[in-house]
Amino acid sequence: MPIELKHVTYTYMPQTPFERVALQDVSLTIEEGSFTAIAGHTGSGKSTLVQHLNGILQPTGGQVLVDGTDLAARGKAALTARRKVGMVFQYPEHQLFEETVALDIAFGPKNMELPAAEIEQRVRQAMEFVHLDYETYKDRSPFQLSGGQMRRAAIAGVIALKPKYLVLDEPTAGLDPRGREDLLQRIVQLHKKEKITIVFVSHNMDDIARTADRVVFMDQGKVLLDEAPAKAFFAEKEIAQAGLAAPQMVTLLTKLREKGLAVDPAAFTMEDGVAHIMKALREAKSC
Amino acid sequence: MLTDITIGQYFPGDSVLHRMDPRVKIVLLFFFIVGIFVFDTRGAYAVMSVFTLLLMLLSHVPLRMMARSVKPLWWILAFTFLVHLCSTPGEIFVRVWIFDFTYAGFWQGFFVCLRLVLLILLSSLLTFTTSPLALTDALESLLRPLKRFGVPAHELAMMMTIALRFVPTLIEETDKIIKAQQSRGSDFSSGNLMKRVKSLIPILVPLFISAFRRADELAMAMEARCYRGGVGRTQMKALQIGAVDYLALAVTLVFAAVLGALKVVGI
Repeated sequence: MPIELKHVTYTYMPQTPFERVALQDVSLTIEEGSFTAIAGHTGSGKSTLVQHLNGILQPTGGQVLVDGTDLAARGKAALTARRKVGMVFQYPEHQLFEETVALDIAFGPKNMELPAAEIEQRVRQAMEFVHLDYETYKDRSPFQLSGGQMRRAAIAGVIALKPKYLVLDEPTAGLDPRGREDLLQRIVQLHKKEKITIVFVSHNMDDIARTADRVVFMDQGKVLLDEAPAKAFFAEKEIAQAGLAAPQMVTLLTKLREKGLAVDPAAFTMEDGVAHIMKALREAKSC
Repeated sequence: MLTDITIGQYFPGDSVLHRMDPRVKIVLLFFFIVGIFVFDTRGAYAVMSVFTLLLMLLSHVPLRMMARSVKPLWWILAFTFLVHLCSTPGEIFVRVWIFDFTYAGFWQGFFVCLRLVLLILLSSLLTFTTSPLALTDALESLLRPLKRFGVPAHELAMMMTIALRFVPTLIEETDKIIKAQQSRGSDFSSGNLMKRVKSLIPILVPLFISAFRRADELAMAMEARCYRGGVGRTQMKALQIGAVDYLALAVTLVFAAVLGALKVVGI
């Protein structure tokens, strides 16, 4: 069962002089098991959009269904549906508050009123998953950690909820290259191993090229394009309109082909691209 | 939602009142307030009410918004009126239980309330037509002579400016933290008082940390730009008294003369 957005419209501060329409008639289906990337420049509505996925914002028009349950409904069913969607906000380390890392990660499971043994188990798993050694870090204050570690601890706090869908809003912003690399790998692992459906908000097209199996471009509160990466990265007009840039590998391969090297720009991940270029170069030399 | 709140009540515009020098506005407001208490005849109240009404129209601020600034004081006004109504000796027109309602009390209560309303309206006219930044600038300028007696005028103004600047930022931050903790299943709207207070901890701790971090960063940034207090500091938009201000001063003088005359005649 998917998450479905049906004609969702959202207006900030309706009926005041400061009224602003952030989403306009957005319809989108996020299939179970997919890895969807949402891209767009600042103010395009992507953050507003993802905040609808677990009912933090209720649409001013339209419907959001998670596994067929309307999030706007009252009662237990809607609450259960909301809890299926985990949400990692921008700069999630700013939400840490407990005395120790383990207590902070346990905050979500505790709110779900799980038994203590289960909570500990989940905290342990979540920490291992984000590469924070349980024994080393569980009793440390979250404020003693480095930036990258804080980010991972905060993400562990959401993973411990065991969501079926995980939404990450620019999770790599402000991290150093190694931290970024590591985090992206963790997210891909979550998708592959734990079979969690991922919604990944980013404006870094290189990150998207490496991870997503579907790309949505947002512009001025509307869905501009919704395609497989192989198509999306070559939609020059839409990329420009959304204020983005094609992944570097796509640009490189396109330029190489213009220069007469027999490469296929569709090999847009770093590994594929490098292998592809090497092969083309060898072939070019041999003849 | 939390971010739907607007701070202060500045209403942007380009009326005569908006264009006046904020210092002149503050000083004239001070004289008006004194005037309200000095001139207490019926004629004077009539003149002042008409004058306030004219100023309100001149400001181009919607009357609806002006009314809103009086609204919070509605209960105080009603209470004041009632107390005066039944505690002033004079000719009794109705008697309820042990309370005597008198005509003199009615007028007394009416004028006290009118005085309060005029006071609120005039001071909100100042905040409606002057941006918070202009207001702090003016305050700094007016307090400068007191520096000799150890009043840190510049520092006070700078503190006010910074506080105003960070209110929206912190509100946004709070909104974000609330959303994040809600996504982790915290619930702020149910349970007993103790439980609700406890549920604020996950919001307050990150908020304080972020406020301290911002303060630290700001201090660093200010130091990096060689900020060292008000000594030798000039302003990009220096306040200047112009034709509008002299006009306002003249109008006020005429107004004061009329009120003085009324007082002498005794209307």
